[in-house]
Amino acid sequence: MEQTLRETIRNNPKKILGVNPNDAKVSLSYLTVAFVSLLIGGILGMLQGLERAGLIQLPSWLNYYQVLTAHGLLLLVVFTATFTIGYQYANLSHSFGGLLSKVRKLAWIGFALMLIGVVMVTVMIVLNEASVLYTFYPPLAAHPIFYIGLVFVVLGIWACCFGVFINYRYWRKNHPGQTTPILAFFAMGVFILWFFASIGVTIEVFTLIPWSMGLVETTNVMVGRTLFWWFGHTLVNIWYLVATSAWYVIVPKIIGGRHFSEKLIRLVIILLVILNIPGGFHHQIVDPGISQSVKFLHVFMSLSIAVPSLMTAFAMFFVLERTGRKLGGKGLLGWLKKLPWGDVRFLAPMIAMISFIPGGAGGIVNTSNQLNQVIHNTMWVVGHFHITVGVSVVLTFFGICYWLIPYLSKRQLTPKMNKIGVIQTYVWTVGMALMAGSMHIVGLLGDPRRTSDTTYGGHEIAVSWIPYEMVFAIGATLLLIGVIIQVYAVFNMMFFAPKGHTEFPVAEPEDDATPAPLWTERWGLWIVLLIAVISMAYVVPIVDMILNAPPGSPPIRTW
Amino acid sequence: MQRLEEIWITVSVGILIVFMIIVGYQTFALGMGPPSHKEVIDPQKVDTTAPFNNPGIKEIGDNEFEVVMTLQAFGFTPNSIELPVGAEVHFTMTSKDVTHGFQIPGTNINAMVMPGHIQKISHTFTKPGEYLVICNEYCGIGHQAMSTTITVK
Repeated sequence: MEQTLRETIRNNPKKILGVNPNDAKVSLSYLTVAFVSLLIGGILGMLQGLERAGLIQLPSWLNYYQVLTAHGLLLLVVFTATFTIGYQYANLSHSFGGLLSKVRKLAWIGFALMLIGVVMVTVMIVLNEASVLYTFYPPLAAHPIFYIGLVFVVLGIWACCFGVFINYRYWRKNHPGQTTPILAFFAMGVFILWFFASIGVTIEVFTLIPWSMGLVETTNVMVGRTLFWWFGHTLVNIWYLVATSAWYVIVPKIIGGRHFSEKLIRLVIILLVILNIPGGFHHQIVDPGISQSVKFLHVFMSLSIAVPSLMTAFAMFFVLERTGRKLGGKGLLGWLKKLPWGDVRFLAPMIAMISFIPGGAGGIVNTSNQLNQVIHNTMWVVGHFHITVGVSVVLTFFGICYWLIPYLSKRQLTPKMNKIGVIQTYVWTVGMALMAGSMHIVGLLGDPRRTSDTTYGGHEIAVSWIPYEMVFAIGATLLLIGVIIQVYAVFNMMFFAPKGHTEFPVAEPEDDATPAPLWTERWGLWIVLLIAVISMAYVVPIVDMILNAPPGSPPIRTW
Repeated sequence: MQRLEEIWITVSVGILIVFMIIVGYQTFALGMGPPSHKEVIDPQKVDTTAPFNNPGIKEIGDNEFEVVMTLQAFGFTPNSIELPVGAEVHFTMTSKDVTHGFQIPGTNINAMVMPGHIQKISHTFTKPGEYLVICNEYCGIGHQAMSTTITVK
């Protein structure tokens, strides 16, 4: 014991002494921005729910489409990005025993760039100069400052990407012949995917800036849309990869178990990184200008992402059952009762994982040619991403808060706060079940998404949607209550909870586990394969869109 | 563990493959693929380019119609279409400004209509009634008002 303690102090002092305060400050700053964005985005979300149900009418100086643009960007870009960076940098700092000082500097540069970008974008939305929604499809043309703000956000993310790459490389150089800690391997996957995902949208935004300024007359709307989805859907899988890092590595420790075979975890990460980007094409299944055979290829490419997800599903339930049985669970399902349902650090990610079952099934529907045609641009899609992003990802993020934030702020998770977390989780689950459930059903009945008012002069089919829209409003209200509880919990744990030591829960491998193979560290090869897959998916359609392009579109403002 | 996992992965990949085969068969053998017309047009000269210089309904066969339609913020031309029961209709559409959607709830008609591109989709209206036609892609401040009807009798 004496021996191991001394060894730990020598080899990994942070495990004993807690996180490096400088690194904690980086993570806490990002998390602060994340939860301020969540609060604003959540309020805007509820306003939409109420307006859609016809219960309120937003004033002309803050219309539905401004609110929708801000809700999308604040939650889908700002909240998820800042949370991810805060959490992944904490993982990296913990795994590597502290960040390099230049990496910390990069994280701060990224923070400043992102803040500048977010302010520019938000101001343009508030001034009603950028009611172009999260997708900003040209030829809808926002104010140039909106696009320039987006560039700053991307640059901020890139600074954080480079920070991770530098620190990872440094550690590998200093630990020859060793594989990196699994959480660091996850971080590498996340930031590589982020970097390559954002290349598409960056090219798009750089073509839109001179066009929105009037320096270039027209733009190719089809190429813009395609480049957007190169980024837009990959982003979804970045969140998902971040969430799975907690499912694979954190959750087993919280329930008192061991993690799944590291070789398989690494394989899942590699597959998710390589296969992901072409998935974006299934957003364009009912577009003109892309042939049916190319679309069919993309059905295949999107479905292939389901394979690592199915491996994850197996691994997670395997770990849960094995741990439940070890704790004395008997019979077919007795092990379920042995899991710590009263611990928010388990409950929240567990519900997140369960909701990935309907979420994944819905995703398969969305990616399949004919089925997509039934649900494209209906409320079904909104329901789909509220159970995938809104539950599978966000509840995992919420669950992470209850150990990560006290760990970073050197405070404790009190039983009372745990109880608040459990209540929050149930409020969120019920709110989302009501809202996303009714969105799925009414989507099948044809109710369109992204529309402020769907009464259509009282047409009978539109009237049949109204009861479901009332349920959106109830769900959205519950969700805002959930947001308020969560934001309260986060800032309480950050500044007011009792001082103390909180564990960073990282699961260990099984005693008889084989070590992770070194070949999984060949990131250069994975990147080559990633680029090969992108080329297979994109070269033919994009070349076709450029060579057979119609005369372009001028900037148009219709709001 | 490994044996079980192999079975799980084999079965699930098998299901995905069966799924692909069904989707592919429907697309290529039964002609149920999504609207994917590949013809382009100058989005700033729609009004002077055939056939969009003369939007409207044309009977092209026995109870078979072509509807040439332009979409612009925030309406459809022609609107308030009337058709006989059992009509097989081929919609030929383009946008005069931003990206729009063309959706008829209660049918499988759902297509993106983009500036610069001509989109085509067909449907046979077997049941009488007043069908709601909506734009399902955000196109500006009046997007929620962009709708019309097709009356089938």
